[in-house]
Amino acid sequence: MPRDADQPAGGVAPLRATGIAKRFGERAALRGVDVDVAHGEVVAVIGPNGAGKTTLLEILAGAQHADSGVVQRGADGGRVGWVPQQLAVYGRLTVAENLRLFARLDGGGEIEARVAGMLTETGLHDRAEDLVATLSGGNRQRVNVAVGLLGDPAVVLLDEPSASLDPRQRERLWSFLAARAAAGTAVLVTTHDVAEARRHASRVLVLADGEALFLGPPSQIAGTDRADHDFELALLAFLEQRGH
Amino acid sequence: MRWLLGKDLRILRRSPALVAALVIYPVVVALLIGLSLSRAPATPRVAVLNEVAPGATSLQLGSQSVDAARYAQQLFAAIDPVKVRSREEARRLVRDGKVVAAIVIPADVTRQLESAVNLGGGARPMIEVIYNGRDPIKSRYVESLITSRVAAANRVLSRRLTQVAGGYLDILLHGGDFAVLGQHFKVLGLERSRDIVDTSLTQLPPSSPARRRLQDVARFAQLAIDNLDLSGQLLSTVSEPLRVQRSVVDGRHTSLEIFAVAVAAIVSLMLVTLFLAAGLLALERQDHTFRRLLRGLVRPAALLGEKAVLAGACGVVVAALLLAGVGLFVPLDWGRLPLWLLALVAGGAGFGALGVLLGSVVRDVQAASLLAFALALPLAFLAVVPSSAVSATLFDVLRAVSALFPFKPALDALDRGLGAGGSIALPVAHLALLAAVYGAGARLAVRRI
Repeated sequence: MPRDADQPAGGVAPLRATGIAKRFGERAALRGVDVDVAHGEVVAVIGPNGAGKTTLLEILAGAQHADSGVVQRGADGGRVGWVPQQLAVYGRLTVAENLRLFARLDGGGEIEARVAGMLTETGLHDRAEDLVATLSGGNRQRVNVAVGLLGDPAVVLLDEPSASLDPRQRERLWSFLAARAAAGTAVLVTTHDVAEARRHASRVLVLADGEALFLGPPSQIAGTDRADHDFELALLAFLEQRGH
Repeated sequence: MRWLLGKDLRILRRSPALVAALVIYPVVVALLIGLSLSRAPATPRVAVLNEVAPGATSLQLGSQSVDAARYAQQLFAAIDPVKVRSREEARRLVRDGKVVAAIVIPADVTRQLESAVNLGGGARPMIEVIYNGRDPIKSRYVESLITSRVAAANRVLSRRLTQVAGGYLDILLHGGDFAVLGQHFKVLGLERSRDIVDTSLTQLPPSSPARRRLQDVARFAQLAIDNLDLSGQLLSTVSEPLRVQRSVVDGRHTSLEIFAVAVAAIVSLMLVTLFLAAGLLALERQDHTFRRLLRGLVRPAALLGEKAVLAGACGVVVAALLLAGVGLFVPLDWGRLPLWLLALVAGGAGFGALGVLLGSVVRDVQAASLLAFALALPLAFLAVVPSSAVSATLFDVLRAVSALFPFKPALDALDRGLGAGGSIALPVAHLALLAAVYGAGARLAVRRI
């Protein structure tokens, strides 16, 4: 599997997974996938529907068990923030109540300070007392992301966080994630938007039918290095070439 | 767990329609079930044609006058009488279905009754009952009702006759005043007659020919006295040859009314607890927060326990309020309050554990509610099927099935807590075992998610 020589591959990675395999009955969802994310790095997981992106993220987040393989989380107690694909907050609680609840369940002190900080960071301060059910789709997704980042984790896993957002909200989200990465957080994000992945991720993991086909800088996927080439078409050609 | 409890209470507070449905629906269902179990069938409307003239209801039993209207009340006590003026009107009401039957009391019934009890001969008194054959169930019910009431009236009348006859025998034996048809007589009585004869015998010379005849009269008087002395007891036995002494060797000792209260309270406990426990857990899955919580924020056992405890507590509160409300109308033994509460808490634990098991196998609140509803009411029905309604084998099967679910042991526990015989410990232990098994099942089901 190609790997950018400049990217971290040693023991310092806050998240490293090797040989992850998972079956659902007769169907193999993941077939020995390896992935790692370094501090301050944004890695995008891309691939067609049913490739195993969500399953991989849930296993890395600890929300699901792998049939085989090893997941190593960093030395800071393994704190991994997880933003699931579907909205996973309480619609009948306000934004602040959601953040307060998950902050308390997460443990640690200074609950109100952490909640206030996250409200400011995600731009939800004005909507703090609104019920989540009354928010727009974009703002709900911000609450979803805010809950995932509450514990200030070293690693953040986001499952298609931009799927329901308009272009402006997407840009705001990626800026937010870039700021987190700049602060040293390891970010692993799945997306269907390959152009977005190329633009914002330092590395991409290409998954197809549970198999990891590529992990490295997007520019190294065959044929995508030409400036006049459409990245999405090049990825399709790459998948076809690999039998997917 | 307290943060989750607070969160769920806040969500419930912000869902007034859901809470109202969860509380009002079970209470209404419970009250309907309770009422249907405690109330006898509705009093049937029966047309009554009373042809006896207003002042002619008295009959003479020997020297005593008895008002027959008093005994007619025995007949009317269990019906809703509709007074009619003619036999035709009575028949029309029956034919039109306005009444289920009609009773015709002929004008000469009092005279016939008087003649019969005074051994005056003539026809036996008779009342006529007209039924509507189009409704055989109601007709049979009314027929048996009237037959039993006539038997009761006959019994009361017979007892009165026995008392009168006993009075006559007493006068015959001991002497006294006796009045018949306005004439008053002084009766000497057998005892005094024998005394007079004995006195006369002592005054006669031993050779007197009258002495032997008077000795025969004295022997007869003594024989009559000895045997008639037992007549009161004999008449009492004849008037009521069979007496019933009620002894219960198994089953409940409390009234049907109290049993109905227990059924109503347990139905409401079951519905509130099952719906809440299953619904609250399913809501976590519907909101997609389930996995977020279980990936290290909350232990599965704590999450399941929180839902079961909250649902059980709500169920206990609703059932306790229901008992308190019903207690205004039905006499409950408030001294046994700790036993009621223990029964409700144990029942809440059993239903709460079953509820989280249901909630852990479905993905949304609607499915959880449907599953809880589909499971709850048939189980409640099976648990109250009386042994006389089905064959012995089927009843054993029903008992075995009922033992697998909390309704029957919870009902037994509360029924005993309310005053039925037997210890509450066994059903409470049964509920604890069921709660442990369901809880373990829910824990396994959550692991698969």
